[in-house]
Amino acid sequence: MTKRRVEPLVWLMFSGGGVTAATVLPVLVALFAFAFPLGWIDAPDYGHVRAVVQNPLTILVLLGVFAVMLVHAAHRFRYTLYDGLQVKHQVLVALLCYGGAAAMTMMALIVLAAPL
Amino acid sequence: MTSTQDRQETGTISVQVMRYRPDRSTPPILQEYDVPLRKEWTVLDALNHVKNEIDPTLSFRWSCRMGICGSCGMNVQGEPRLTCGAFLSDYAPGPIRVEPLANFPVIRDLVIDMADFMAKLPRVKPWIIRDDAPDDAEADGEIDGEYLQTPEELEAYKQFSMCINCMLCYAACPVYGLDPDFVGPAAIALAERYDLDSRDRGARERLDVLIEHEGVWGCTFVGECTRVCPKHVDPAGAIQRYKLKAANQSLRAWLLPRGGAR
Amino acid sequence: MTALPTYHRRMPTFWWLRKRTYFVFVMRELSSIFIAWFVLFLLLFVKAVGRGETAYHDFLDWAASPVVVALNVVAAVFLVVHTITWFNLTPQAMDLRVGRRPVPAAAVIAAQYAGLLVVSAVVWWLVRS
Repeated sequence: MTKRRVEPLVWLMFSGGGVTAATVLPVLVALFAFAFPLGWIDAPDYGHVRAVVQNPLTILVLLGVFAVMLVHAAHRFRYTLYDGLQVKHQVLVALLCYGGAAAMTMMALIVLAAPL
Repeated sequence: MTSTQDRQETGTISVQVMRYRPDRSTPPILQEYDVPLRKEWTVLDALNHVKNEIDPTLSFRWSCRMGICGSCGMNVQGEPRLTCGAFLSDYAPGPIRVEPLANFPVIRDLVIDMADFMAKLPRVKPWIIRDDAPDDAEADGEIDGEYLQTPEELEAYKQFSMCINCMLCYAACPVYGLDPDFVGPAAIALAERYDLDSRDRGARERLDVLIEHEGVWGCTFVGECTRVCPKHVDPAGAIQRYKLKAANQSLRAWLLPRGGAR
Repeated sequence: MTALPTYHRRMPTFWWLRKRTYFVFVMRELSSIFIAWFVLFLLLFVKAVGRGETAYHDFLDWAASPVVVALNVVAAVFLVVHTITWFNLTPQAMDLRVGRRPVPAAAVIAAQYAGLLVVSAVVWWLVRS
């Protein structure tokens, strides 16, 4: 029987987060970081945006998308610190990276679920 | 010092070779030699010219001089190369910097200590693993004698069997350079070669070795190993495929604690 | 193995500045920080939406400020690096076959871009309609 290891599951989340970031982030960034703020496209009216963002399905999807992308970023940044900067404190770095991702996911849950 | 024009007329190229003498307490130095710039000469030919005609104290490994034995791996101009395949004319007008293969301890001059690599290969159990005893004709439904394999079954693992153990991939891998405990590209590609072999039943045993932290998970898919491999083995691809396999097995181990045995 | 001392070469801290392929690799890995930034940015947007119409418009104004735009441009460049390298590496990481024939890498890459287009279209439709 294969030993139980956490690392493979974290890697799966890292992979999922990478796919998610590559497919979902571009349009979100294009719209909310550039097109709407800079007026390239008229920002949607508040009522509509609120309805979409506070739809329970949207909340669920966004929570999943944010969480998996945060794990992706934490995992990748952890290895960047090990390899790019040769930081030797392995346990501390892992705690900070995944801890940070967990903290931000909690924040996401609070912010997303607030209207419910 | 001859001028560049002199060199072009006499057709020579300068080769800067790292020299290290373990019996002396001095650090390594770069020693420069002028060798003939012959159209068909490789860096290996240049080194042999140095040893035969200029400086017999230069030490380096080589054998087949045709890219199949894997002995002559060195860092040429910072790149892991088989020196028998690195043509002088590609580096003209030079100088060409030749150093021992990166990420390995240096024994002397261009000779490196490959003990770590040799220790890692057997850890992945690179042999056909089967449960049945040789005389037990009933087990597995296999007959005694040859195992039959179709061309398609051979294709499944053939690419990963082309490894000549030249260690260029280890020299190119920054993860191995930073952490010598990392099992490394060639070893994992070798494990995949056996896992994909239709005659083999040992995937579980190899997985137990490679699922450790210094197994596949240290790899960050830099991809340099595949880029420098002279035999197009694509160890980076083998490692990523292995990660996916390991992750699936891990999921089963977590979700099906008793039913996961396979 | 030998009685005489072997010479150990240390990897310099900035080994990745010495070769172009290593540098591109580290840039690719650094994209992770900017993905985390975009998650934070989008969370700030969601929070603003929750606080009311004024907050929503204030957020859009803040997002248009020069500092934020500059940061987002840099981050967007890294996001593009992430997407392109991720899509290009996927075929190498998977052994996809149709029956017995391997799926060509170009097809895998094209399929991912198609997926990107579909997701973008869906989000666009949701936000604009």
